[in-house]
Amino acid sequence: MKRTTIDLWVGVFVALGIAAVVFLSLKVANLVPASAEQTYPLVAEFDNIGGLKAKAPVKSAGVVVGRVAAIELDAQSYRAKVTLQIDKQFQFSRDVSAEILTSGLLGEQYIGLTQGGDPDNLAAGGRITLTSSAVVLEQLIGKFMTSFAEKGDGKPAAAQ
Amino acid sequence: MLDTLLAPLRHLGHLSVNAVWRLGFASRFLLAILRFSGQSLARFQLTIREVYFAGVLSLIIIVVSGLFVGMVLGLQGYNTLSRFGSADALGALVALSLLRELGPVLAALLFASRAGSAMTAEIGLMKATEQLEAMNVMAVNPIARVVAPRFWAGVISMPVLAAIFNVMGIFGGYLVGVVMIGLDDGTFWSQMQNAVDLHSDVVNGLIKSLVFGVAVTLIAVFEGYDATPTAAGVSGATTRTVVTSALVILALDFVLTAFMF
Repeated sequence: MKRTTIDLWVGVFVALGIAAVVFLSLKVANLVPASAEQTYPLVAEFDNIGGLKAKAPVKSAGVVVGRVAAIELDAQSYRAKVTLQIDKQFQFSRDVSAEILTSGLLGEQYIGLTQGGDPDNLAAGGRITLTSSAVVLEQLIGKFMTSFAEKGDGKPAAAQ
Repeated sequence: MLDTLLAPLRHLGHLSVNAVWRLGFASRFLLAILRFSGQSLARFQLTIREVYFAGVLSLIIIVVSGLFVGMVLGLQGYNTLSRFGSADALGALVALSLLRELGPVLAALLFASRAGSAMTAEIGLMKATEQLEAMNVMAVNPIARVVAPRFWAGVISMPVLAAIFNVMGIFGGYLVGVVMIGLDDGTFWSQMQNAVDLHSDVVNGLIKSLVFGVAVTLIAVFEGYDATPTAAGVSGATTRTVVTSALVILALDFVLTAFMF
């Protein structure tokens, strides 16, 4: 086989490979060019984060506005300290509230932010004071069972 | 009597010592390849020629098997996921299993049997027909001229083939999931994009395939170079290439997965 033909085919081969990697990065992994400058951190403390994981979305009114950057246990207060990276274009007031929600019944957990009414906005690194913890399904069932047993009528809860 | 009892033991010992000896020889061989790579990469045309034989000619088998593996994943995944009412997650299932495991591993297994065996047979036959010796006599280093270009061609081709395998597999999963079964097009892709992470899935998969590329091609050129220069020796070396490659790929995959995910 002639040398130029081989070169042509190898060129096509490598180009196909690069196209495949680009496809995997852009279409499959949904690479969004995000640099550290376009986000700012906020800190929120929760009593119980349930199944929240790093990189979980932060949503406001259902729209993704950032990601959970880090989760750690505060050694003094023994509460979970969650660091959020929020998109620069969304500023939240000082009385914004954060709660841990679940998408669907058993879906992934995310943080929902509800904008408050304070005219002053939280600065970068600011602390969200109004937080409510994750609903843990086992505790919920446990509470339900206890209240069910206290009624003591023994009928199944199918009516609900 | 004692001798018949001891013979299997002695055989086992011989096999173990031989395996360690060959491992040492293979490591020294890798060092020699790396040392003479400068010479052969200076004549890059040699490597491009080998990329053609190892990579381009493997394209068809990679594309077709990738497509079918993706389609099977789509069917089986749909059957299982729909039992739990989460057939929407099919895109994530197909993409993650391909990117993390099936793509690199299956592409490497196919590459070992398609290109690795050919490399072993070629180098083994060169040795059997004393072409390597002739090169030595002409002061041409056979490792720089014959072995190193094939080694680098394999290392270059493997990640490219694995990436193409992944894309074809995802396309196959798309064909079955969206076109055939009729899942929602947008959900398929958005579920996939939510689940797949560029660094931990795509890049780690490519690193895996690069490691497999080094392992498979090293085994292939080593077995060829080390083959007994007879017809039976070359055929045995070719078989050993495929068997050893398959075992090494699966073992390395376990180790890499344990470290990466």
